[in-house]
Amino acid sequence: MLLEIHNLSVEFESMQDRVKALQAVSFSIDEGEIVGIVGESGSGKSVTALSILGLLEKNAHISTGSISYKGKNLLSLSKKDWQSLRGKEIGMVFQEPMTALHPTMRIGDQLAEVIHRHRSISYKEAYRQAVASLAEVQINDPELVARKYPFELSGGMRQRVVIALAMSAPPDLLIADEPTTALDVTIQHEVLKLMQELAQKRGTSIMLITHDLGVVAQVCQRVVVMYAGEVVETGTTQEVLHSPCHPYTKALIGALPDLAEQGQPLLAIPGESPDLRNRPDGCVFAPRCSCSLPICREDHPVLEPAVSGSLTHQVSCWGRNQ
Amino acid sequence: MSGTTLKTESLPAARSAKTVNPFWYKIRRNPLTLLGLFLLLLILLLSIFAPLISPYEPTKINIPERFAQPSADHWFGTDEVGRDIFTRILYGARLSLGVGVAVVVGAGVIGTIIGAVSGYFGGRIDQLIMRLMDIILAFPALVLAMAIAATLGPNLQNAMLAIAIIKIPVYVRLARAETLALREKLFVKAAVTFGIPSWRIIVRHIIPNALSPVIIQVTLDIGDAILLVATLGFLGLGAQPPTPEWGAMISIGWKYLLDYWWYPTFPGLALFLASCGFNLIGDGIRDILDPKANRS
Repeated sequence: MLLEIHNLSVEFESMQDRVKALQAVSFSIDEGEIVGIVGESGSGKSVTALSILGLLEKNAHISTGSISYKGKNLLSLSKKDWQSLRGKEIGMVFQEPMTALHPTMRIGDQLAEVIHRHRSISYKEAYRQAVASLAEVQINDPELVARKYPFELSGGMRQRVVIALAMSAPPDLLIADEPTTALDVTIQHEVLKLMQELAQKRGTSIMLITHDLGVVAQVCQRVVVMYAGEVVETGTTQEVLHSPCHPYTKALIGALPDLAEQGQPLLAIPGESPDLRNRPDGCVFAPRCSCSLPICREDHPVLEPAVSGSLTHQVSCWGRNQ
Repeated sequence: MSGTTLKTESLPAARSAKTVNPFWYKIRRNPLTLLGLFLLLLILLLSIFAPLISPYEPTKINIPERFAQPSADHWFGTDEVGRDIFTRILYGARLSLGVGVAVVVGAGVIGTIIGAVSGYFGGRIDQLIMRLMDIILAFPALVLAMAIAATLGPNLQNAMLAIAIIKIPVYVRLARAETLALREKLFVKAAVTFGIPSWRIIVRHIIPNALSPVIIQVTLDIGDAILLVATLGFLGLGAQPPTPEWGAMISIGWKYLLDYWWYPTFPGLALFLASCGFNLIGDGIRDILDPKANRS
């Protein structure tokens, strides 16, 4: 296992409130694997990513659990060790390529700065590698682009640059936080393919955070479905997308618009995400669930094999056998 | 009515000029900035070419010609030991400009770094630094400068140091405010995830993007600093005689004002024009660099 998150809970504290953003989250990512983290806004996807990088805000604290990376417990790392881990071992790609680049620094210099930081080579050599890495993310005329400023590039090109930046060390784990949300569909496809190829070539694992099931189907080997800071279902892409067990996953898949059904109203999941300040005792999804049982509101379900004997497909639902 | 005619007249001109060079266009459109630029260039050229313009030496005593009236030989007259006042003003311009720029740029650099560090790290460091700056700001600027200069001993270096100290808090505040906003920008957060160390983020990612208000403040402050140097000189806490410094010249000269009017008048005029020039330029640059203050 490259990354193993076990029973991770994160709380945010403000003056009056205590928000439980993550509740006993567990999942793992293998070497070279692409794992999709799916869920709606506020489901704890980004908080999970920030926890792995040690970049949670000061008012957040990890109440239980562990994050182990290559067998080391990240939560016991010193600030300095964590610093050297970022970028070198774990890279991150952000949602907004428009603002993720330094506006007044040339592309080549931005890349060279990061490369120079992680490898013991001269700045000149780092710059040469920066240009090479631009070519690697399929940017035409990399020498020219290296001399440009971010505002001169299109969104798709910027996201490629961001990927080149995140992959420059190269890291063993790449966290991609909705990397294609801000891009249009054709560019989205190219960027995903690019990430997939780079990952394959270098053996990098990717934790792909997204709310787009189409993206998941396209590139991920496994999926973790999150809801209200909990993992509700996990399994291979095939299992989760084709035979979903959790009502939330089913509803998500059902809410995908279908071009064939023109004129039909868009399906939405009724209700809204629970108040993370007061988590219900029972299942977090019960208030919105179309098939909730009496037990759902009283007792919290745990992750258990969806089908008896399945090692990969797990679901946290009382009604999984119905 | 007049508004519409003005609009139709100025629009095409504005368009063509803006495509050529917006910076120069904006300066040209503002006559006061142009005046400031002119004054500044004049003073700069005069001080650079001082030895060529004037045949006299600024500190050479010539008792027989003391208190000579302004004439073709001595344009601004001479002082109580026969030194040519025009020459002394030219050399004084070198000193004033040099000191003014050096002090403000120095305060700007130090203040920006302190402010960026303070804003980036926040917490206790921030509190400590900002309270320290509040203490400095709580004193009337001139009084504090006088106190520092007097404590350290009256000479030009100490006067410069004193002025730099009272100028620093403004830059700290400006840089800190910009840093607080920049720190939340995604590209700074991204830099953190790429493993770039904090000092490098401050130097390469925060400061270059926080500079524009600092630059405006620097240009506005130079005129003020020149005045302060002269003030300290006037009070005997800055440059000491026989250094040709405007404030020191006025300080001695004002005693002779009734009998020899030219002695304090011309250095005063020079001081007025220099600080005026810098303030006009500063205002102009603020209008150019700050899109929010853009008056159409």
